[in-house]
Amino acid sequence: MIVAETTTEPLLDLRNIEVRYGAITALRGVDLHVKTGEIVAIVGPNGAGKTSLLSAVAGLVKPVSGSISLSGKSLAPVGLEDIVRHGIALVPEGRNIFASLTVEENLQLGATSRRDSEVNTDIGRFFSTFPILGERRNQPAGLLSGGEQQMLAIARALLSRPKLLMLDEPSLGLAPKIVEQVYVELEKIRDDGITILVVEQNAARAFAVADRAYIMSHGQFALSGTPADLRDNAGFDAAYFGVSMDSESRDGA
Amino acid sequence: MDRIVQTLVDAVSVGGLYALTALGIGLIFGVMRLINFAHGELIMIAGYAILLMFGLPIWLVAVGALGAALLLALAIERAAFRPIREADPATLLISSFAVSFFLQKTMILFVGSRPKGVDFLPGLAQQIQLAGIRLQLLQIVTIVVSAVLLVGLTWFLKTTRLGLEMRAAAENFRMAQVLGVRANRVIATAFAISSVLAAVVACLFVAQTGLVQPRMGLQLVVIAFVGTVIGGLGCLPGAALGGFLVGAATILLQTLLPPDLRVFREAFVFVAVALVLLFRPQGIIPARGLKERI
Repeated sequence: MIVAETTTEPLLDLRNIEVRYGAITALRGVDLHVKTGEIVAIVGPNGAGKTSLLSAVAGLVKPVSGSISLSGKSLAPVGLEDIVRHGIALVPEGRNIFASLTVEENLQLGATSRRDSEVNTDIGRFFSTFPILGERRNQPAGLLSGGEQQMLAIARALLSRPKLLMLDEPSLGLAPKIVEQVYVELEKIRDDGITILVVEQNAARAFAVADRAYIMSHGQFALSGTPADLRDNAGFDAAYFGVSMDSESRDGA
Repeated sequence: MDRIVQTLVDAVSVGGLYALTALGIGLIFGVMRLINFAHGELIMIAGYAILLMFGLPIWLVAVGALGAALLLALAIERAAFRPIREADPATLLISSFAVSFFLQKTMILFVGSRPKGVDFLPGLAQQIQLAGIRLQLLQIVTIVVSAVLLVGLTWFLKTTRLGLEMRAAAENFRMAQVLGVRANRVIATAFAISSVLAAVVACLFVAQTGLVQPRMGLQLVVIAFVGTVIGGLGCLPGAALGGFLVGAATILLQTLLPPDLRVFREAFVFVAVALVLLFRPQGIIPARGLKERI
């Protein structure tokens, strides 16, 4: 296990974030930091608030309180459409590729925030990294398999040349072999210097690549640390599953 | 034989007008989930621009009609729809009714509700001989203009950057925004294109009927809206096809029905619409992946 050797100020810094949907409180005072070059995983059960956390950073929901900053600059005044221009890209849950548009058009849209002339070169590079995308560049993206769509969604996000790549449940609904490929890609992306914040229910898979991880439960972080520490922590199951690990429930299982 | 061809040409030209109107409605629905009944008022304002500028060179009148529709479309978007963009489709629909009624009644206040005659493009009223069959030039022009606009719009949507952003926004607006697509730019473009379609429809419709009146747009929009529903709401080829079919059906029924049933031709059109929806509730070409948010 590699422990992040970076000691610089955090790339992404969340302080006391609270998110509400009407009467429901999704996040109750969350503190999170991600340093440049890290892979940070947030794991936890369904409904723990993981997606809300990414949505708050991506500008999809406005927190009722707390602050989010990128490289020390507050993201509060930045609108949804400009988050990507500040260097944050999102691969949302369910991927949300544009099914009726072609593979290549999806990738072109990934570069919406860019003004340079190297977009097509970059797209060409993704076609050689993922040959299946190149072969199907003119086909509707909706015809791709789940794993291919996930690769497309990741490539689309990378085309904005982000500093921080956020992924929401990249393993969801994919066969174990494909999940493996996705995570191998994530490590390559990190090696290219892109910081990664990944949300997962599949804790084991995320722990295998993460430098640090947070366990989320009921809108809060219950535990945090290196994956090795967390696995050894007696409170991990309790935090993850939200149940108390007393003898009764163990016997009952 | 002559009569059959004449009727078919008539049906295609009227169908073309409704297809263009349905496209204007379908385009806005695609990007905003807004059923814009005020689209009729874009046609109406272009009609009055033609009336106002009548006598000037035709190209100037056409530019005036286009300018009037464009200004009104952008003003409506800015004043009425942008502040409630995040609202649900029902609210947007009610708002579009309000805008439509407001503009119609304002127009009645200033110019009265009676139709005004205008002899726009009289040159097109002449008959021409085509392969031995006598046809009205205006109908041929209507068909050609409709086809050119359909092809032009398809070209714009398929090959330009803005067209790509509009198609992405139509499928999943929030995801497009996450990627950096500017909502204001996409929506303003959709309104601008719909105003061009409205202005062209106004020119052809005024040339055909010779009349301008405050309710002229509403008639067209109601029928075209029915077309977008049977064609498949949220799918542009579907909207164009639906608008075309409803418009063409109206003309064909006018010809085919026995004379004493002709006054009820709308009833027959709507029976046909009900039948289509019974068998294809999503429309003839159902929209793929209608999603509003991530």
